[in-house]
Amino acid sequence: MQPLDPFVALSGGALIGIAAAVLLLLSGRVAGVSGMLARAAGIADSGPTRGQAGAFVIGLPLGAILVGTFVRSPDITVTSSIPLLMAAGLLVGFGTRLGNGCTSGHGVCGMARLSPRSLAATATFMGAGFLLVGILRHGIGQGIGG
Amino acid sequence: MELAKGLGADTMRNLFAALLTGVIFGAGLALSDMINPARVLAFLDILGAWDPTLAFVMAGALVPSAIAYLIVRRMPQPLLDKAFSIPENRVVDRQLLTGGAIFGMGWGLVGYCPGPALAGLVYGTWQTWVFAAAMLAGMWIHSVTDLSIFRGKSAAVID
Repeated sequence: MQPLDPFVALSGGALIGIAAAVLLLLSGRVAGVSGMLARAAGIADSGPTRGQAGAFVIGLPLGAILVGTFVRSPDITVTSSIPLLMAAGLLVGFGTRLGNGCTSGHGVCGMARLSPRSLAATATFMGAGFLLVGILRHGIGQGIGG
Repeated sequence: MELAKGLGADTMRNLFAALLTGVIFGAGLALSDMINPARVLAFLDILGAWDPTLAFVMAGALVPSAIAYLIVRRMPQPLLDKAFSIPENRVVDRQLLTGGAIFGMGWGLVGYCPGPALAGLVYGTWQTWVFAAAMLAGMWIHSVTDLSIFRGKSAAVID
């Protein structure tokens, strides 16, 4: 896959960081997507109000639509089979709740304040991701993954 | 407690802040192409044709985020709310690492983490909806599971 223009990648990243910064300055909240989703769905009973969490979650696709409309239509390529999608979703849902966060909460917010938990969590899920893709694409499971 | 509050001006402002930041966040995910799982898998594929895009995205995100965390150290409270809700737990325990490892495996399996999956729902690939539904199911399973097996004795002592 042709890497994205680094300037565009940095700009997109900056938007994500600005979103996290604004939410922190205005409402004092961590912009963690897994936590927001669980709260909005009524699965988690702590965190922001369900209204706030729901508003944040609804905002995500709206922002994606804005970029798709005015900047660049995205090319989403998912080659995974249904069982693989279901297994991955279950693992991501369960794992992010057990580990108290995902790429946004631990990666963007937690690492920014040098939280030891977030640094450890990010290293762990990145490592697990590298390992799994390595095994699926270059090891024994070649051809199972996308 | 929070539910008992009426829909005052502050509540409305906080709702708007959440919506606005969600929109900006989603726009960032789309602009940086993180809503494309193939892009994310290409980053995780260090043994193959490695795509560094995710590293640039993370670097770009960390700068404003880190600045904001430095600023709020000097603020008694957030602009629209009574108190900051920043996690204070600093203990790295078994539960955290197990959760991170499980999440990372799911991430590497398909290339979706929660933010991109939700932001990408509008782009018409049914696969994203299957993933998102399973992700919610995984969160629900966590909420009804006895998690004591993940809590190590050593971690309990540190706590």
